[in-house]
Amino acid sequence: MNEQLMSITLQRLCRQLIENHNDFSKSVIIGLQPRGIAMARRIQQLLEESGVKKLRFGSLDITFFRDDFRIHAKPLKANETRIDFVVEQQRVIFVDDVLYTGRSVRAAMDAIQSFGRPSQIELMVLIDRRFSRQLPIQATYIGRPVDAIASERVIVEWKEENEKDQVIIIRHEG
Amino acid sequence: MSALSQKHLLGIKYLQLSDIELIFSTADEFLEVIRRPIKKVPSLRDKTIANIFFENSTRTKLSFELAEKRLSADVINFSASGSSVSKGETLVDTVNNILAMKVDMVVMRHPNPGAAHFLATQVNATIINAGDGAHEHPTQALLDAYSIRQKFGNNLKGLRIAIIGDILHSRVALSNIFCLKMLGAEVRLCGPATLIPRYIDQLGVEISYDLMETLRWCDVANFLRVQHERMDVKYFPTLREYIMQYGLNSQLLQKLNKPITILHPGPINRGVELTSQVADGEHSIILQQVENGVAIRMAVLYLLAGTRE
Repeated sequence: MNEQLMSITLQRLCRQLIENHNDFSKSVIIGLQPRGIAMARRIQQLLEESGVKKLRFGSLDITFFRDDFRIHAKPLKANETRIDFVVEQQRVIFVDDVLYTGRSVRAAMDAIQSFGRPSQIELMVLIDRRFSRQLPIQATYIGRPVDAIASERVIVEWKEENEKDQVIIIRHEG
Repeated sequence: MSALSQKHLLGIKYLQLSDIELIFSTADEFLEVIRRPIKKVPSLRDKTIANIFFENSTRTKLSFELAEKRLSADVINFSASGSSVSKGETLVDTVNNILAMKVDMVVMRHPNPGAAHFLATQVNATIINAGDGAHEHPTQALLDAYSIRQKFGNNLKGLRIAIIGDILHSRVALSNIFCLKMLGAEVRLCGPATLIPRYIDQLGVEISYDLMETLRWCDVANFLRVQHERMDVKYFPTLREYIMQYGLNSQLLQKLNKPITILHPGPINRGVELTSQVADGEHSIILQQVENGVAIRMAVLYLLAGTRE
């Protein structure tokens, strides 16, 4: 997926959001740390360009809520959580780059409870690895479904962090 | 780096700079957690932690217990008074009996220096030293440095920090020296000559016996408690004389014409090392230290529990 395609997809996702959320007065966008932040920022920027005012934006780190953190050899590094509003009775839109096993999203749903009870939670992802789910979790807004097998890695790069916007699939050798 | 170099937290001297920085950055996130409406995360819900205190403690014990509970660990508490220790059970036996109940981590305070280190060689659990005699009190030093860093920004390099009072009986002093030196601060000790251990200057710290001169020099002053209960002989003629020479009051602070940040590990002897006006004054960050203590201990527990067997 190259820069042009990604831009078209992001535009479409924004339109879908606006369709569902009108003026966003009761909706908040939450990027999931660490990889969902860049995408969430981009969505925020596009929404503001299309005239959405006072969009509330937060970032949520799910490290402490993961179910697998002691399976790794090293403890997982925590990232910043910044949610300076209460999500009680709000419509929360999680934004992440890739939906894979669904475990991060499960952890995020746990983690967001610490900030109140949202009236609704939606999930937006750029890439949906649709045959790799380990939990019954589906995204509300999907940029593009990808059929990749477990030994392949899907990498999303953003201009802000890397040189250009692109999505690549890497096959692991051996 | 996302793992500590150590399996236990026995003292600051076993840590590397990268360990301390990792603990601080993890504590930043836990500080945010404990300011949430719901202050609990499930990270350690499969761990059982024993708090074993062979010596009295309020802050450290409560702070550890709270940190453990905020991480969803199961907690058991043990204090030497009212236990079988008074019947003559040895330390290793006591701890092994507790571990037989399937405990994963032990937080221990003990009056003998090196007790935590000894225990780590004898039993199969993660040991966290919550103070061993006059040796080390690593989590206190970490939270002191973290509180200073919070006030002065990330870099402690070149910051002048004085540790004032009863250095001889203090485990906080030694851990603080190791920690602050590693972070690049300049450290000076100040107190009556009888309460400053011989040869401590070999750790690369300055020594002064003049409170006023030290206060003029420093940006941060960490006052230590006069530990009457550990004094078997008289180290100074009278308490009144100690207060006159080494006690801080607001008149002295005003004479300085510059703000200095006041820390105290607690419990404070009000009217001895600090007067109430100073302890509760605008330059004191004593209560921030207590808040940070929970975050630091959560970070330490999380990082030590997080490695695979």
